[in-house]
Amino acid sequence: MSTINTKIEAKAHVYGDHIDTDRIIPGKYTKTLDLSTLANHVLEDLDPNFNKIVQQGDILVAGINFGCGSSREQAPLALKQSGVSVVIAEDFARIFFRNAINIGLPVLEIGKHNIQKGAELSIDLKNGKVTDLSANKTYAATKLPDIMIAILKEGGLVNYLKKNGTYTL
Amino acid sequence: MGQTISEKIISNHVGNKVYAGELVISDVDGCMASDTTGPLTIKAFKAMGGKKVFNPEKCALIIDHAAPSPNERIANLHKMMRDFAKEQGMRLFEIGEGICHQVMVENQYVKPGDIFVGADSHTPTYGALNAFACGVGSTDLAAVMMTGKIWLKVPQTIKVHCSGKLQDGVTAKDLILFLVGKITVSGATYQAIEFCGEAFEGLSLASRMTIANMSSEMGAKTGIVHPKGLELDYDFSGITPDDDAEYIKTFDFDVSDLEPQVSAPESPDNVHNISNYEGTKINYAFIGTCCNGRLEDFNIAAKILKGKKIHPDVRMVIAPASQSVLLDAISNGSMTTLIEAGASLITSGCGPCVGTHQGVPADGEVVISAANRNFRGRMGNPKSNIFLGAPSTVAASAIEGKIVNPKKYLI
Repeated sequence: MSTINTKIEAKAHVYGDHIDTDRIIPGKYTKTLDLSTLANHVLEDLDPNFNKIVQQGDILVAGINFGCGSSREQAPLALKQSGVSVVIAEDFARIFFRNAINIGLPVLEIGKHNIQKGAELSIDLKNGKVTDLSANKTYAATKLPDIMIAILKEGGLVNYLKKNGTYTL
Repeated sequence: MGQTISEKIISNHVGNKVYAGELVISDVDGCMASDTTGPLTIKAFKAMGGKKVFNPEKCALIIDHAAPSPNERIANLHKMMRDFAKEQGMRLFEIGEGICHQVMVENQYVKPGDIFVGADSHTPTYGALNAFACGVGSTDLAAVMMTGKIWLKVPQTIKVHCSGKLQDGVTAKDLILFLVGKITVSGATYQAIEFCGEAFEGLSLASRMTIANMSSEMGAKTGIVHPKGLELDYDFSGITPDDDAEYIKTFDFDVSDLEPQVSAPESPDNVHNISNYEGTKINYAFIGTCCNGRLEDFNIAAKILKGKKIHPDVRMVIAPASQSVLLDAISNGSMTTLIEAGASLITSGCGPCVGTHQGVPADGEVVISAANRNFRGRMGNPKSNIFLGAPSTVAASAIEGKIVNPKKYLI
């Protein structure tokens, strides 16, 4: 039984290229296990209003190299805790990409796009499709390796390993 | 078909020949987490049903990112790490023992040909040792600690060949900043980098660590320096690529005319010849980190600052990468020279580089730092600006209160 919604319809918050993990959650807030502290400061050096306007289920959209920099898993955790249901980008930095899947935050790489701030998006995670309802345009996401789909289906790596004990390709 | 260094190391671990693009589950030779990633690792380890780490000799925890603890919240996270290490019979490197990457190399947790996984993005530093080392987040690391394995995609490799010898007064940091500027912060995403050629062959282990360290600033999964010229305290056989190995891209640079480089705010790949920024007023100079906190870095800074004082409008912070580096710098006199010149010595660790404590810049201030990142807010204040340069550039700039080419102090 999947713990991730495979169909998502929500509003897009759109940012640019190279959003590093210091911008997603500054280093000074990372030393905590309290997820609400992380969510209170999410993206604050990029957009101090984000935390006030983000609604449960909203979609974060970015350009290239999203999540570059530190290996801090607090970055996807902060986004997830703030209500973000999925992150879409042209492409991702590799550690962020793995971390997001590992904590059960879906991430989709769709290459060059023209999604505008406030656009209504419909996401079909199962088939890797992103539809911009505001612009009536559909983007195909890069297919995830099977092991990542399996991890995501369990809601993250903790549940995956709890169930399976080890990895299978 | 020929293999790259990464393909060879991974093949040796999985028991059959593998090539770029293949997914593998590989044994891991060592792993570690810091106090930024360790507490979440422990939480995930327990949540996934972990009872005992796969091998306590091959797992380590390091308290370096906020050491000593600046507040009670972090003090309690440190306690959680100490308790876990004791319970598991694994080593915990205490406050001041050093930065994770430095102590892993000094204590031989990683050796040539190994696969090492660290919960810190600068784990590729061990590519200096000709190892395949990559950074992961906390949950991935918890899984490694539990299973002794990791799943990975064998990466494509970018070959970076540099011919020519660096001029006197130009260092490995200048070389890697130059390369980050050329390859860009996303130029090697998901890929491995192999560094080879004359410019790397004469480099010390410390300088090779500076090079491999900043592979992560190009998005690379790992960055491995060709073993030619590598000298270690123990016997080893280096892994070299086959002549017919396949590379996704090859860069070829002649670096014999390279001048000192700086990375300007606010991205590590915003790299320029130092002459473009000479004269920029600075308030704060910092030498330390996993990138440039080693003995040779303090030695060159001491050579420049010997008998001089830092500028009255500048403060200077120095953080040795480990206690061992600190003791060596005390023995050879470099530390005394730097402190007499006006530098402030802080505990070995990540300190100001991660913006948690020990030297946050004020609004509008300009920092010249020997670290590896200058993202907005990196040092704890989004209203400050960070320039990255070699330790020599930091030391010379500290004397003059502005960014200067250190060459005149060295030749």
